[in-house]
Amino acid sequence: MSVLEVKDLHVSVETEQGTKQILKGVDLRVAQGEIHAIMGPNGSGKSTLAYTIAGHPKYHVESGEVLLDGEDLLKMTVDARARAGVFLAMQYPVEIPGVAVTNFLRTAKTAIDGEQPSIRTWTKEVSAAMKNLRMDPSFKDRNVNEGFSGGEKKRHEILQLELLKPKFAVLDETDSGLDVDALKIVSEGVNRARENTGLGLLLITHYTRILRYIQPDFVHVFVDGRVAEEGGRELADRLENEGYDRFLPVSTDAAEANVG
Amino acid sequence: MAAHGTASAPVDALAGSTTTPEPNTHSRLGSKQHSDGGWGLVPVQVRSSRFASYDVADFEAVTGLELEWKHTPMAIVRPLTSGLLDGSPIEFSATEAPGITVEWIDRTDARIGTAGKPEERASANAWTAFDKALLVTITGEDAGEITIDRSTLGPSARAAHTVIVASTHSRGTVILQNSGEAMLSENVEIVVGDEAALTVVSVQEWKSDAVHLASHFAEVGRNGRLKHVLVSLGGKVVRVNPSVHLSNDGGDVQLYGAYFADAGQHLEQQVFVNHDAPKTISRVSYKGALQGAGAHTVWVGDVLIRQSASGTDSYEQNRNLLLTEGTRADSVPNLEIETGDIAGAGHASASGRFDDEQLFYLQARGISEEDARRLVVRGFLAEIIQKIGTPALEERLQGVIEAELRGKAAV
Ligand SMILES: Nc1ncnc2c1ncn2[C@@H]1O[C@H](COP(=O)(O)OP(=O)(O)O)[C@@H](O)[C@H]1O
Ligand SMILES: [Mg+2]
Repeated sequence: MSVLEVKDLHVSVETEQGTKQILKGVDLRVAQGEIHAIMGPNGSGKSTLAYTIAGHPKYHVESGEVLLDGEDLLKMTVDARARAGVFLAMQYPVEIPGVAVTNFLRTAKTAIDGEQPSIRTWTKEVSAAMKNLRMDPSFKDRNVNEGFSGGEKKRHEILQLELLKPKFAVLDETDSGLDVDALKIVSEGVNRARENTGLGLLLITHYTRILRYIQPDFVHVFVDGRVAEEGGRELADRLENEGYDRFLPVSTDAAEANVG
Repeated sequence: MAAHGTASAPVDALAGSTTTPEPNTHSRLGSKQHSDGGWGLVPVQVRSSRFASYDVADFEAVTGLELEWKHTPMAIVRPLTSGLLDGSPIEFSATEAPGITVEWIDRTDARIGTAGKPEERASANAWTAFDKALLVTITGEDAGEITIDRSTLGPSARAAHTVIVASTHSRGTVILQNSGEAMLSENVEIVVGDEAALTVVSVQEWKSDAVHLASHFAEVGRNGRLKHVLVSLGGKVVRVNPSVHLSNDGGDVQLYGAYFADAGQHLEQQVFVNHDAPKTISRVSYKGALQGAGAHTVWVGDVLIRQSASGTDSYEQNRNLLLTEGTRADSVPNLEIETGDIAGAGHASASGRFDDEQLFYLQARGISEEDARRLVVRGFLAEIIQKIGTPALEERLQGVIEAELRGKAAV
């Protein structure tokens, strides 16, 4: 069984004001099939963790490890990590002008599998997955994320998750900006992917709402670049009622700590 | 704006800047000299008072410092500005279309000179030299599409003249396909009749040492629509300057351009839109990719909105993707507005490296960096290619761009 491990991870970014420490020692262990929710207030470093696992060049690993089945993920290029089975559903998916969704999906699938998918089954698979996510077939001919609404972008991320079949997926605030119907559709997609492939999940979210549809096995509360508390489902319920207040210095804007 | 491939800071390639100039702002203030960096400081009105003549003898010898020549490598184009040109008809082949005819007409024919008048010496040189003009006439609402192919010009200095006339209410597409060797100066007049909808596509796939200077002059009738697409891929020096006179109410022009300059190539386009009647619309969008030492592109976009052009709506943009070191993209948008009553006027210009976020997104899906770059460049230019509206040509041009990208290890 595959395991994704994050060990004592310290990460910084370069800003105009100099080097800024964001992650200050993160430890996580996700086995295939497990769902880990990562919750925390804005600015606590959740996206930084996601981007660092995926290999975004902006984030500098100062120390620590990220291992996939014992292999050093941090030594791999961004594309090699994806081919090794790690997927990042982005908080803000990027528009790629002039590149049609269908071309993009086929290129990605070919890269991940190391061979072209059989045209007939692939076309069917894409159509079925789009239908499940209530995406209009016309999306195939549109340019990647261009002019997509927030909800459409998130569905498109989950479509890729279902088609590319990674071992582990990091979902960065896939729930944000979705209305209840869209949230259900997207959650169904994630659950389907998990049932079909035994995917391990790092589910990053600010709110507990999505956890009604995707049941976490573990909950980690992120504060100021560290895991401040860990527990099971019940921790999410507690956060739902209490918010992040008790984790934050008194001066913090209450709105930031709003949960629910 | 001049962007150099050697610039160390990556520029936000795809975001660019957008501003809507305030109506009634004259941009004649400031320096009289044309300046690369000075959006709004350039006296576009000079365009309207620019000297024009059909006779090459009326033009001074070109020094290379002139506004319209300052970007162009003079040593290479000299035979076209000051040499004798062979004006004999240029061999072509044409496809068939139900409502489009092609014929040679005499240089005294009244239809010649209805849309254009040379504003620089190479254009006048061609006008003075041509024997016969190629007349393309579009009639009927289903005129169809024609491709006029020229590929056997050879290396000697030549002149050509083409007149494209879209009759009232007609609808059609004319594709001018250029390949092979060339040392050519030419004028293309485009007359869009009232209520007509015409698409003109000019594709430059010349051989690597070809030299081609062209002026396209369009005159758009009442509620007429012109879509003009310029695709320049091959040639040593290729300069195609489209200018459009929106002289009748409701005239609408879309000017698109895609260019891909390799090492040592100079690809240039000076665009001029002259809004000279109420409710006229213009959209200008040019995109270029540059790779290899000495790849140089020039885009000048002059938009003039005259007093007569109330309720006008215009937007122009130019974007360049610098793929390697040693490339240079000059991008000079100029906008001058003489009336306070406009519906919209805007511009954007940006030249830069790859957008790292786009590359990251693609790589995060397992696509190698090299393939990701290819996808991004192809997509970048595809936005323009997709405007052509002729699937077979679009597909072929995508293939040519793909080959350019694969051919050079640089990307
Ligand atoms: N590229 C960056 N440049 C500067 N600061 C950054 C950058 N990325 C993240 N940060 C900062 O790091 C902190 C954590 O950000 P992030 O990981 O996006 O948090 P979260 O996803 O939990 O909201 C924030 O203070 C944010 O402003
Ligand atoms: Mg975030």
